[in-house]
Amino acid sequence: MSENVQHHIAIYKKVAAALAVLTVLTVAVSYIDFGVALGIIVALIIAATKGSLVLSFFMHLLDEKKSVPLSRNGIGLIIGSLIITALFFLVIIFVPLMGHADRVGDYYTLPNADAPTVETPPAH
Amino acid sequence: MDIPYIVDERPDTGLTNVKLGIWLFLASEVMLFGALFSSYVLLRLMAPEWPVGSEVLNVPMGTFNTAVLIGSSVTMVFAYASLQMDDLAGFKKFMGATIVLSLVFMVVKGFEYTHEFQIGNFPWTNTYLAIYFTMTGLHALHIIGGVIVNAYFLGPGSKMWATNKTQFTNRIEAAGLYWHFVDLVWIFLFPVLYLL
Repeated sequence: MSENVQHHIAIYKKVAAALAVLTVLTVAVSYIDFGVALGIIVALIIAATKGSLVLSFFMHLLDEKKSVPLSRNGIGLIIGSLIITALFFLVIIFVPLMGHADRVGDYYTLPNADAPTVETPPAH
Repeated sequence: MDIPYIVDERPDTGLTNVKLGIWLFLASEVMLFGALFSSYVLLRLMAPEWPVGSEVLNVPMGTFNTAVLIGSSVTMVFAYASLQMDDLAGFKKFMGATIVLSLVFMVVKGFEYTHEFQIGNFPWTNTYLAIYFTMTGLHALHIIGGVIVNAYFLGPGSKMWATNKTQFTNRIEAAGLYWHFVDLVWIFLFPVLYLL
């Protein structure tokens, strides 16, 4: 037990160092002008890397693969529920993106306190 | 009636009900914050103009807070590991550090909010600030909730160590999972609101 914990502690220290480096990297790359789209992708890739480190090691998700009656191929109840959650999460994130990409019909802009008034072109 | 399987693992799930329960709660939290991230995407895509976060907010303060929160996650895993090594004093030291770091985060957040209000940036000023205050506000409420629970386990709740070590360790594991989740949300909030 204790030896196992010592092994975990060594991993926690490495993960902590990796998270510190990635935090510096997050800020550093924000000064590079990638353009909006690539900038968002780079920032999200770094954030996802940090997030998966926290999930895998601090939240011990890698240790949750157990062979018990209610599991299939190591996908137990925790990982199974998280997979379903991730699918629903992707749906709610992609719905506005797909709505934005959809140009069929009338296109509305949400009222925005900061928005400059859009002038209606004069009718001919 | 006692809740079953809070000390021993349930044979068919291979989990304690504590652990399954906290993970299902966190899954619901993913959807709560997910809805707000989805709103952010919608509002940003539909807005004719969107400010650059780093021009409105204080990036050094945000970076400092990111480091503080990650640091509190690190002390939280050390608190849990201390209990696994039968070291209550170590647990108290690391749990105390976790709470102190959480409070540092809240104080810095307080300074940031105060500064925004002083220069006339309110939630109703524009859509960007509306989603900024909503998301960081909800996140701050999660920090406050975590501090209350962690403070209970550091103080009166730690009496359980004398009577049931395994159950207390399981409680700290659950509190830790919640705390890492709060850290995880911030890891995404920081670049999304401050940098992009």
